[in-house]
Amino acid sequence: MSLHIKNGHLIDPTNGIDGQCDLFIDDAGFVAASGQAPEDFTPTHSIDATAKVVCPGLIDLRVRTREPGLEHKATMASEVRAAVNAGITTLCCPPDTHPPIDTPAMAQMIQQRAWRYGLAFVHPLGALTRNLEGRTLTDMAALDEAGCVGFSNALHAINDTLVLRHAMEYAAGFDFTVFLHPEDPYLHGGGCVHEGEISTRLGLPGIPEAAETVAVGRDLALIEQTGVRAHFCQLSTARALSMVAAAQQSGLPVTVDVTAHHLHLSEHDVGIFDSQCHVRPPLRSQKDRDGLRQMIKDGVVTAVCSDHQPHEPDAKLAPFSLSEPGISGLETLLPLTLKLVDDNLLPLNQAIALLTQGPANILGIDAGHLSTGATADICIFDPDTDWEFTEADIHSRGHNTPFLGWRFRGKVTHTLVGGKLVFEEGKKPDLSQGHFY
Amino acid sequence: MTVADIQFDEQGQLKHFLTIEGLKRDHILQILDTAQSFITLAKKEIKKAPLLRGKTVVNLFFESSTRTRTTFEIAAKRLSADVINLNPQHSATSKGETLLDTVNNLEAMHTDLFVVRHPNSGAANLIAKHVPPHVRIINAGDGRHAHPTQAMLDMFTIRAHKGDVKNLQVAIVGDILHSRVARSQIHALTTLGAAQVRVIAPKTLLPTEVERLGVHPYTNMHEGLRDADVVIMLRLQRERMNGAFVPSEQEFFNLYGLTADKLAYAKQDAIVMHPGPMNRGLEIDSSVADGPQSVILPQVTYGIAVRMAIMALIMGGKPVARKRRTSGSTRGSNGTTST
Repeated sequence: MSLHIKNGHLIDPTNGIDGQCDLFIDDAGFVAASGQAPEDFTPTHSIDATAKVVCPGLIDLRVRTREPGLEHKATMASEVRAAVNAGITTLCCPPDTHPPIDTPAMAQMIQQRAWRYGLAFVHPLGALTRNLEGRTLTDMAALDEAGCVGFSNALHAINDTLVLRHAMEYAAGFDFTVFLHPEDPYLHGGGCVHEGEISTRLGLPGIPEAAETVAVGRDLALIEQTGVRAHFCQLSTARALSMVAAAQQSGLPVTVDVTAHHLHLSEHDVGIFDSQCHVRPPLRSQKDRDGLRQMIKDGVVTAVCSDHQPHEPDAKLAPFSLSEPGISGLETLLPLTLKLVDDNLLPLNQAIALLTQGPANILGIDAGHLSTGATADICIFDPDTDWEFTEADIHSRGHNTPFLGWRFRGKVTHTLVGGKLVFEEGKKPDLSQGHFY
Repeated sequence: MTVADIQFDEQGQLKHFLTIEGLKRDHILQILDTAQSFITLAKKEIKKAPLLRGKTVVNLFFESSTRTRTTFEIAAKRLSADVINLNPQHSATSKGETLLDTVNNLEAMHTDLFVVRHPNSGAANLIAKHVPPHVRIINAGDGRHAHPTQAMLDMFTIRAHKGDVKNLQVAIVGDILHSRVARSQIHALTTLGAAQVRVIAPKTLLPTEVERLGVHPYTNMHEGLRDADVVIMLRLQRERMNGAFVPSEQEFFNLYGLTADKLAYAKQDAIVMHPGPMNRGLEIDSSVADGPQSVILPQVTYGIAVRMAIMALIMGGKPVARKRRTSGSTRGSNGTTST
């Protein structure tokens, strides 16, 4: 199948394209050309993208598919389907599966399960330490060989700074990227909300800002010492982001992402014990939320992710501190990011870059652009559709989201992975098309 | 959703009693007035009223308690309810049953009112949100969040000994950070218009941004107690000593333990309260606890009447018509007599 995507507004930040431009996909699933069709190119199919935006398929830096180990919450099959329905064609999964991704076999198994469905591309992160225990390094070179795009200890803090130093040094020697979740375990304590007005009012154990800034300070010192390329995951406080901004200015190779929900919610959204707002790191103050938005505008933050964590209903039906943290976020990643455009924070092409070019560069993968010859992973959305987010819009197995009832502008109409149409609004998926490998 | 959405029915009647936050001054006064009518009942030979006859009350205590559970039990029995006491931490939950499953199972036995204590903040709210509409919930303490019936009996005590709460200087001393009692007292006192509410503790035991609750924090006991009309001491749990909250019992007692010397900074006629159980020699000196200014034991007595009032009100007993200071003469206006 070769394809002509007509009359769309093409946004490809990597190639500086932002305007009406046709796109041509060859029968092998690669971009043949943009603008003018190549000579002798006769498309077998076409998509009319009039008044729609055509952009590279979205890349989500952090998605827990719950497989293997927590299949009662979600599965690879359910979550990659939900991802492509939301325009996400590439996702990166952290190593805190059960068992963790600390062996090449585990890394390969996850990719094979994803390949079986042929929907989104799934890139695993390898564990930085064995069993995420923070004591022994993993076989990083073998994990890299097996397809891991970077290394992380996920939410398991490495208390022993010597182990962390060695992990960073080792990774630096092979030019691997280390993904850090800065959170001081002692200051975090048993906390479950931001330490501030709401923790005081509700009598919930709080997590102070310093739990993040102390860990970022420590990590930055080790990054400087070891020269490793490092990425900070989902920072939640304005102060920690300022520290990273200063480090970037002094030339340290550090990048940072934030989650879509931290850009729109604050501690006050916890209301009276709304466990759908129980996330880690916690929703911070309104000042922090504004600070995060400013850092996006300033270019310090180069990616927005969903930090997708699907849960079964019971996981949230408990007293707040006993409920499991996390939001099922695939479906709201694009709408919440587009909301930043409506809020006049960013132009549309920069919002798209936060979901395509930005995360691709962080992962160091050849994706998130539509250059000639690139894999044709494409998201097409109608930027003017005004819609209300309801449970019917959720394709993930996890319905745990605080955004039900929100109104969004912009909805995905088509998703292509490797040139194949894997989602079209209003149509049932044609499973026979799924296996394109 | 606000707490009022859960706590009140469509007619604006109190349906569950979960927290003081969101209650209006009139709600609080209504409960206090109703409680006053039950005080007289306790002095009669037959201490029962038939308001809850045929109703089943379950005391569901996921955390141990003597005073609160006993006063709730007595309160329910004086209202003629059948009472069942359960300590699920020893049975169902230890077998892995979820909180809502435990409640649903008990509800399936046609119980009418749950009095719930739970070690985690928000537990009573969660249950109230998920029970069928005819079931009522009273929060008997959830984590560090709220202990509204304790705060109500404290307000009753203050009113009984000081008249109106308005214009009083009230100091709450001790482990504010971990105290659900303090949080509920603060809401009650500010709603009733106390002149000033102060919280006194080392900074390690003061919650962040506590001023947002409308109180004035002090780390110095003498300054905090100056000219206070009411001094409320909180229990310092001994397990806090193991953390880095307080260096030692001795230092805590020296700085914050209520002794006759320190009490002298308060007004001469100040009253001393404590929700119990007391740590004598840690947060309070025996000479003060048993002294003339102490109203600690009357607090317990009032606790029964206040809990009866709350149970009666949320179980559909029509509210007592508000009258001006008619202590003792009010009774349930739904026709029941106090015999």
